[in-house]
Amino acid sequence: MIHIRRDVCGYCGACVSVCPRGALELIDAYLTVDETLCKNKCKICSTVCPLGAIVLEEQ
Amino acid sequence: MKEAYDVLVVGGGPGGALAAKTAAEQGLSVLLVEKRPAIGAPVRCAEGIGKEALAEFIKPDPKWICADLDKAVLIGPDGTKFTIGDNHSGGKVGYVLDRKVFDRELIWQAAEAGAEIQVHARASAPIMIDGKVSGAVIHQHGNTYEVRAKVVIAADGVESKFTKWAGINTTVPLAELETCAQYVVNDIDIDERANLFYISYTDAPCGYIWVFPKGHRCANIGIGIAGMKSGEGHRAKDYLDRFIAREFPTGKITELVVGGVSVCKPLDCTVADNLIIVGDAARLSDPITGGGIYNAMYTGKLAGDVAAAALKKGDTSKKTLMVYDDTWRDGPLGHALARNYAVKEAFIKMDDAKFNSIVHSMTDLSLDEISVRSLVIAIFKANPWLALELPRLLLSL
Repeated sequence: MIHIRRDVCGYCGACVSVCPRGALELIDAYLTVDETLCKNKCKICSTVCPLGAIVLEEQ
Repeated sequence: MKEAYDVLVVGGGPGGALAAKTAAEQGLSVLLVEKRPAIGAPVRCAEGIGKEALAEFIKPDPKWICADLDKAVLIGPDGTKFTIGDNHSGGKVGYVLDRKVFDRELIWQAAEAGAEIQVHARASAPIMIDGKVSGAVIHQHGNTYEVRAKVVIAADGVESKFTKWAGINTTVPLAELETCAQYVVNDIDIDERANLFYISYTDAPCGYIWVFPKGHRCANIGIGIAGMKSGEGHRAKDYLDRFIAREFPTGKITELVVGGVSVCKPLDCTVADNLIIVGDAARLSDPITGGGIYNAMYTGKLAGDVAAAALKKGDTSKKTLMVYDDTWRDGPLGHALARNYAVKEAFIKMDDAKFNSIVHSMTDLSLDEISVRSLVIAIFKANPWLALELPRLLLSL
């Protein structure tokens, strides 16, 4: 599953705009992931992040 | 918050503010919701805008102007510079804004016009009736409200979630999302009247680095790179840190700004039944410069006007609202976006040897007008070989 490093995230929304499944949402100053939508495969969010705040963890 | 309005605006940036102001001025009941607790913060912008573009909407005010520019300088990979504007432009070039103050001024104008503003109020879903947007679910201070609206204007920026929830795909391809990092850097030697653009595939792949002065010895220094070029150890912030260490090693960093800018084509259609999409949410940021303030203000105002006309007519169907899409797409904005998309497609394919050759060819040119069009024409004149490589680009001019 994807893990959001809240201490690294700049809550900019770049990842939200590229998520092909609409699984990410920026709620005020924190990012959330809907794990029913995210398939943990594409890595697009962790690639695009300007700060490196999203990491994929092995289940 | 009431149960129903004529117009609901989702998002309190420049696009949303102009939409709310314009609709309220025409006597409509308007609610604008902004999910952040403060308008204008956190900033996600390099804050540059052309003077003439800005003047269409608001009288310049020193309260929110940080720097008044008279030139732009392009710097090639090997450090060769090409200056546009200089002494001939009559100080018409542009401003660097203080968005925190600017955005609040625009919202205040919307409020003065009669729009209701709610902050820390987040739209979490559209209310859909018979497949048509009919309002939104709003969360604020732990409460949930169902707010009905005859027209919803989606101005929720690069994330563009509201439109996605309404069933329209707003996902930006990874290759066409510029991932950006910027510092406010103090105590540096800069020309306070010049915007600098560093063009280099090595330093900023498929993007550029900017130095936009914000006042005395202070600048926004940032970078955008293509999403495809980002990854562990080579993210926007990594590139920016390397650039700052090389060019401004003694600068003091006083603010970190991050963000995403779409450089894709606009949405295929920017209206639906009872819905108008404006600014970054409609993917209307400029594919070459990344600039989005003017495009958001222009389409925000247009959306307010079109919503008012549709409500007067009692018909807010997609067919009636299409005049919004047709107007911006067939006008100067749509043409500039289409042209600059073609320019972008050509330039992201270039390597540093080509960039060097282009900048070298221009050093003895003089260019007063700062526009992508005039710049590209000058580049073609100085580099006839480009016309063979990029015939489609030439035609788009």
